[in-house]
Amino acid sequence: MNFIGERINTGFKDIKQAVMDKDPGPLQDWAKKQAAAGATYLDVNLGAVSADPADMCWMIETVQGAVETAICIDTNKPKILAEAIKACRPGMLINSTTAADEKLDAMMPIAAEHNASIIGLSMDEAGTPKDVDKRVENAGKILAKAMELGMEPQRVFLDPIVMPLKYMQDQSQRILEAARQFQLFSDPPPNVVLGLSNVSNGTTHKKLINRIFLVMGIANGVSAAICDVMDMDLVNAALTAELVMNREIFADSYVRT
Amino acid sequence: MDVVDIKEKWTNQINTVTIGAKPDEGGTRTSTVTVGGETTLPFLTFEGDIPNRPVIAGMVTDVVPDGWPDILKQAIGDEINSPVEWAQKCVEQYKVDLISLKLIAPDPGGQKRSPAEAAKTVKAVLEAVGVPLIFWGCGDEDTDNEVLPECSQAARGERCLIGSATESNYRTLGAIGTADKHKVIAEAPVDINIGKQVNILLQDAGFSLNDVVMCQVTAALGYGFDYVYTIFERVRIAGLKGDKLMALPQIANVGWETWKVKEALQDDDILPGWGKLADRGPLWETTAATGYLHAGADILTLAHPQSIATMRQAIDELMAAH
Repeated sequence: MNFIGERINTGFKDIKQAVMDKDPGPLQDWAKKQAAAGATYLDVNLGAVSADPADMCWMIETVQGAVETAICIDTNKPKILAEAIKACRPGMLINSTTAADEKLDAMMPIAAEHNASIIGLSMDEAGTPKDVDKRVENAGKILAKAMELGMEPQRVFLDPIVMPLKYMQDQSQRILEAARQFQLFSDPPPNVVLGLSNVSNGTTHKKLINRIFLVMGIANGVSAAICDVMDMDLVNAALTAELVMNREIFADSYVRT
Repeated sequence: MDVVDIKEKWTNQINTVTIGAKPDEGGTRTSTVTVGGETTLPFLTFEGDIPNRPVIAGMVTDVVPDGWPDILKQAIGDEINSPVEWAQKCVEQYKVDLISLKLIAPDPGGQKRSPAEAAKTVKAVLEAVGVPLIFWGCGDEDTDNEVLPECSQAARGERCLIGSATESNYRTLGAIGTADKHKVIAEAPVDINIGKQVNILLQDAGFSLNDVVMCQVTAALGYGFDYVYTIFERVRIAGLKGDKLMALPQIANVGWETWKVKEALQDDDILPGWGKLADRGPLWETTAATGYLHAGADILTLAHPQSIATMRQAIDELMAAH
């Protein structure tokens, strides 16, 4: 299971302030906490705080100064990505491209060139699909582009695009079905990633909904999640689900504390 | 007709572990042994890297094990009565990569020798040979918990590989490994789940998995060999697929287990039709060793000089194949 730590994002006030003040403390603190909790990647998101690639590079270098964990470069701007990726140690993940031609043609070659992995959102120029088939079509287009550029399928993390349960209740099972169908593209299959917290948007029982949705996702082939890696109930539920799916070898002390 | 190589793309690399420390690293070894580092299954050099060839550890015991057949004792010679001379013979004549010393004299069911005597043996063997040393307790955990710390201290800084940490004594092994800068063998009783569990326990106790070699109680041929073979293979596949808890080098303790079973002990007067023991004994050891080598063993312990020679040739040929 790939756990992508979501916390180094200027959407959080402490990170936003730290980036504006160039104060490494909060970033490094969250980097260490999430790494200790077992994060596979640390998402780094500059958000709308700045459009200057140098600020994103500062964030990445600050995080890398504290931990060895691989970076997940969270930007949809090719210009920022082109600079940020040079600041990363090997093994980075790009978050993200879509199936829109303009985006795909800009982002995917950068991933291929730097031997990076990349998240592919199964949306296109028309936005996020409401049905399974269009999600699968978009995801297939992204994977095909990657393979055309010589990337192995496991380096592509396809995202069926999670919708809020509360507001779009009919979407969840379609998302799970799309995730299941993504497995059929290749052998070995691509990774499948969920931007998990979106499912519980606006709800009272956020953690419970996140946890159940991730477990059901894993049963349908999900192998990665951008999530609160400090939520040990979530992490351990996911690890248990992976055992149930026989993707990991069992050991009594498999839970994390 | 050309046969196209089918290549699997693995995502992870097996850890490397270096056994033995030279003077500039705080030890006195004249050579070191590095195992692991594979990015593919055994000998598939067309598919990935095998940066370190599998190695052979010459088996030595502090006292001659009860029940070893004459054909084995005679093949080793009088040196079998002295661990120091036996180890020297292993290095000089059998050309082993390292020594695997099994400390059976302290066994409460045997000679009940003191931990201090065991430590003296370890020290003497280290002084007598320049290759790295693996040493194992007798297998009785209470005894080993006294013997191994004393031996560890006597070998401080030599970066030995110590066997073995189990589900119940991992704390002791982790602690002495850290204190005296040694590597540790994590052992499980023919059980892949316990194998993983011991690794988790060692890691949780603060011992780095970069300093661990995995071991399953190694079945002799005909005594569960197929179970252990499968475990070696599954461990390696899980490690290559990305399970960091399984991405460790593995040791097969072939010599110790082979020379206990009737096929390697009894001649054709008792087993008519089975052929002469002088040939069959080393063949029994070699056949199991060859299997484990193909299943993912990085270190083989072997006792019979003929087995050592045969396996060295086998490794040479397998590594040269591509």
